[in-house]
Amino acid sequence: MQPIAIRDVSLNYDTPGGKVQGVTNVSIDIDASEFVCIVGPSGCGKSTLLNIIAGFLTPATGQISIGGKPVTGHGMDRGVVFQDFAQLFPWRTALGNVSFGLEMKGVANPERDRIAREQLRLVKLEKFTNSFPHHLSGGMQQRVAIARALAYNPSVLLMDEPFAALDAMTRDDMQRLLADVWKETRKTVIYVTHNVAEAVYLADRVVVMSAHPGTVKTVMKIDLPRPRDPLSVEFLDCQKQLMAHLGHNTNGVAH
Amino acid sequence: MTKNQQSTRTLIRGALSLLVTAALYEAVARSGWFPAVLLPTIPTIVEALIASLRDGTMIWHAAYTLYRVMFGFALAIVVGLPLGILMARHQRVEHFFLPLISALMPIPSFALVPLFMLWFGIGNVTTILIVFYAATFPMAFNTWSGVRSVNPLWLRAAGAMGADENSLFWKVIIPGASPFIITGMRQAFLRAWIGVVGAEMIAASDWGLGWVIFDAKEFLNADVMLAALVVIGFIGFAFERLVFGTLERRTVQRWGMVRVAKG
Ligand SMILES: Nc1ncnc2c1ncn2[C@@H]1O[C@H](COP(=O)(O)OP(=O)(O)OP(=O)(O)O)[C@@H](O)[C@H]1O
Ligand SMILES: [Mg+2]
Repeated sequence: MQPIAIRDVSLNYDTPGGKVQGVTNVSIDIDASEFVCIVGPSGCGKSTLLNIIAGFLTPATGQISIGGKPVTGHGMDRGVVFQDFAQLFPWRTALGNVSFGLEMKGVANPERDRIAREQLRLVKLEKFTNSFPHHLSGGMQQRVAIARALAYNPSVLLMDEPFAALDAMTRDDMQRLLADVWKETRKTVIYVTHNVAEAVYLADRVVVMSAHPGTVKTVMKIDLPRPRDPLSVEFLDCQKQLMAHLGHNTNGVAH
Repeated sequence: MTKNQQSTRTLIRGALSLLVTAALYEAVARSGWFPAVLLPTIPTIVEALIASLRDGTMIWHAAYTLYRVMFGFALAIVVGLPLGILMARHQRVEHFFLPLISALMPIPSFALVPLFMLWFGIGNVTTILIVFYAATFPMAFNTWSGVRSVNPLWLRAAGAMGADENSLFWKVIIPGASPFIITGMRQAFLRAWIGVVGAEMIAASDWGLGWVIFDAKEFLNADVMLAALVVIGFIGFAFERLVFGTLERRTVQRWGMVRVAKG
């Protein structure tokens, strides 16, 4: 599990309507095995930042290094989970999807199958190994996506609002499951969310971003013992604090 | 309703619509409004069909036609599929071929038969090339659309998992574009089948379902013509339902990439 250093990263989008600020001068240091949430109002550049870390976008200025190695393009040291359920390959079963990265890595079959099944067990989908994605619920599809991103054993897991499209009850289950998975695998996780309670439940530290320009406003440490109780006084207190950080110039966009 | 009951119902519905149409035809044929040689009754047609199947001629005609269509269709896939992919992946290829396809696709293949006959004579070469012409463009065009419609998220996810160009192509782009590729094959086959019968009418000698129809005209054999039409319709239907229908059920329908067809 690798530490991540993000230094003075900026990126603008060129659009027909002129330049749009993506992110401006973002610097964050993330420890190995740390769980970091990024929150902020819509359009402040959370996805942009995550895509830069994933290597899908190249920053105009600044550098990112993972475990001391500078990031250039995407690499197998990072696993990515998107918000959209459609990220899974519909022509592959759950097992086939999870096996994809291992196939690319050249892992041969008895071993590949074993690892993929192990990952599906981790996200509690061992009964659905041979189901195609369209026969799985949204939450199950996102669990397959998590298993898929973990299967080739990257040191960093990048997640962009993976549970945002789920109903509240399923989301609670998924957060609990993710906390368990993280405890077991000890990946370094960067997790983008809109949801304050989600950030407080999952994160070691929360990076609060502000819009115009999209940059880091504050970083808040969450020092609650795990597993966390969302109904405890301390939890609600943290939530209030985080809300205050966000509320300053967001007019309650966060919920 | 179980799956089996449902497919039985579909079968009954299909048979019913055929039966009603046949009954109407029979009523008109027996009405005496038209000479019986020009509008033979169904038993006469069936007789002609059975006779030609018994002595093997109809089977040979169908075999010739199928040979030509499969040859041309295979060529069209070998050319049209990579062409469509290249067009979608490289702008320069697209700029060159897209206007060409738009200009050539609307020309009916039948209109080219006389020209091809001048160039290649009568026989297999001309008929196969007509099939090839008819089928290549829909194949390329649909493949092009399919590759462009591949979800960028799949490419991103695959890239993040370390897929190289080769794996991206075979394991993401081709299956991702498969609903369109199968549609392309269906349209290509349909146009090929229409094209081959037309081409055989004037550019084939002695064998082929199209040739049978044209030849029967000389002897006023309307029953033979209609028998050949029945065979043409039957083979076309069998391909559409059995070959492409099965292909679709086993792939894109199973993967939930297209809705299940009813009927
Ligand atoms: N592909 C793009 N082309 C042009 N501008 C873009 C593009 N992607 C994002 N932007 C702009 O960059 C800014 C940051 O967008 P980004 O998607 O990173 O925000 P976000 O924080 O993820 O928002 P949300 O919470 O709504 O997902 C926004 O102003 C957005 O309009
Ligand atoms: Mg976003």
